[in-house]
Amino acid sequence: MHPFSYEKVTNEHEALERARLGNATFVAGGTTLVDLMKLNVEVPTALVDINGLPLNQIEDRSDGSIRIGALVRNGDLAHDSRIQSRYRVLSEAILAGASAQLRNMATTGGNLMQRTRCYYFRDPVYPCNKRQPGAGCAAMDGYNRIHAILGASDTCIATHPSDMAVALVALDASVHIRAANGERVVPITEFHLLPGDTPDRETVIRPGELITYVTLPSGPFGPRSAYVKLRDRASYEFALASAAVALQLEGTTVRSARVALGGVATKPWRALEAEQVLTGAAANKATFLNAADAALTGAVPRRHNAYKIELAKRAVVRALADALTH
Amino acid sequence: MSITPIDRLEFIRITAAATSVRKDTKSGVSVAPSASVTRALALRVNGEAVRLDVDTRVTLLDALREQLQLFGTKKGCDHGQCGACTVHVNGRRVLSCLTLAVMHDDDDIITVEGLERNGVLHPVQEAFIERDAFQCGYCTAGQIMSAAALLNESCGPSDDDVREQMSGNLCRCGAYPNIVAAIQSARGRA
Ligand SMILES: Cc1cc2nc3c(=O)[nH]c(=O)nc-3n(C[C@H](O)[C@H](O)[C@H](O)COP(=O)(O)OP(=O)(O)OC[C@H]3O[C@@H](n4cnc5c(N)ncnc54)[C@H](O)[C@@H]3O)c2cc1C
Ligand code: FES
Ligand code: FES
Repeated sequence: MHPFSYEKVTNEHEALERARLGNATFVAGGTTLVDLMKLNVEVPTALVDINGLPLNQIEDRSDGSIRIGALVRNGDLAHDSRIQSRYRVLSEAILAGASAQLRNMATTGGNLMQRTRCYYFRDPVYPCNKRQPGAGCAAMDGYNRIHAILGASDTCIATHPSDMAVALVALDASVHIRAANGERVVPITEFHLLPGDTPDRETVIRPGELITYVTLPSGPFGPRSAYVKLRDRASYEFALASAAVALQLEGTTVRSARVALGGVATKPWRALEAEQVLTGAAANKATFLNAADAALTGAVPRRHNAYKIELAKRAVVRALADALTH
Repeated sequence: MSITPIDRLEFIRITAAATSVRKDTKSGVSVAPSASVTRALALRVNGEAVRLDVDTRVTLLDALREQLQLFGTKKGCDHGQCGACTVHVNGRRVLSCLTLAVMHDDDDIITVEGLERNGVLHPVQEAFIERDAFQCGYCTAGQIMSAAALLNESCGPSDDDVREQMSGNLCRCGAYPNIVAAIQSARGRA
């Protein structure tokens, strides 16, 4: 690890001021950042510790929405009774990720900002356009079993690793961002960027900007939501394919639906095509199979990851069936 | 022939340094030479007030082992992937390899050395001995620290629930059946 200065801040103003200096980076739980610093993938010269900011509350708002502070730990969010009853898919997604120790450390803001687990990105011996723009991509014709089949570009096929963010897509969440010149609110579907020609730019966050809150609208879905995660082992492993779904029913007909995919795309993926198939259709297995097909119509596999198409479809069907019984 | 005596930790330090130099050269990353930054910390470790001067780069794990000589906490992977380094910070279990010591000014740290009370082992430690919940013992401190925290967490009653809550602690010897049995027995007692 290379030397860096360290400052702990206690209010947002101070955080933004500090972040303007040099190559400063915020640290929250540290679970991704410290790991990548040890690998020399992240090389900040100044760390700004934001754990002293008062952003660790989960609050009910008068309009029925819920506001989650950026420093709320993943484990606390997943075990919150309001989240469990009204946003079940979020609780399930978080508990399907990492381990109890990591969830005690990881924060809401840090989880959204976590970087890909692509092994070529994590090892500076290999060329990687995300790490070093223009260097090339070792995954493209390398061992790409864990890589993306949706949203990829000629420069990058790395998947976004978060489970939490996939559930947030299914819940129409918004991300609140503080900059030196004001605050803005970004829908979660617009927060992460497709790699395109600039895979090094992963989110709309610009250097020095701070995530303050994530909000969940009251929404029409209630408890009918579910997360299914498929992976190489039963726990403590990233998704090869996952699905977050939410359903609003009218009798046995689907009135509205959300379908989001994880582990298969370069960003937390909203499957609008699947939602269109579901809307107005009978809530049954045949519809769910059609929706799963629709979700994966745009999939482009590489040499080792074609299996993910079928895997993701099955995750969608299983998640929809689970949501129906909730 | 004379052999320079070199202790195990020193050997590991030298090899680790050599590895990072190799990586930097291959990737062509230019390393800006800047001086290390040291900070003073005051924290409590196993109930005792401790003052430390740490390089900002030192993890909580390395501070415990190398500065405080508390070797009970183990380094398995150093990347959050095994759980051997699990300790309690302010009553919650965390991975000491993924957090910097400098982030823990004023915090309360409990390691496996601090789990017993007045010479009496923690119920989880008792149960691990009774149920023979280890083979080589390398993962054991982490397992015990996780299990001790689990007693105060929401965890379902079944063996599968325990396995899921303990999934962040790997055991290369595969002592899992006895680890789960020990935890279930400690939960009955606690
Ligand atoms: C072994 C292992 C297994 C894992 N398994 C899973 C898994 O199965 N599923 C999953 O979803 N995740 C998994 N994770 C990833 C984990 O969820 C993330 O590391 C964690 O959520 C990151 O949060 P943090 O607070 O620790 O972030 P940090 O490491 O502190 O920060 C990460 C990045 O976010 C930035 N940042 C943090 N907070 C803010 C803020 N408020 N505003 C602006 N920028 C900010 C930091 O500057 C940094 O760049 C795993 C991690 C490990 C180590
Ligand atoms: S040493 Fe910390 S998780 Fe392996
Ligand atoms: S007892 Fe050997 S690793 Fe667990």
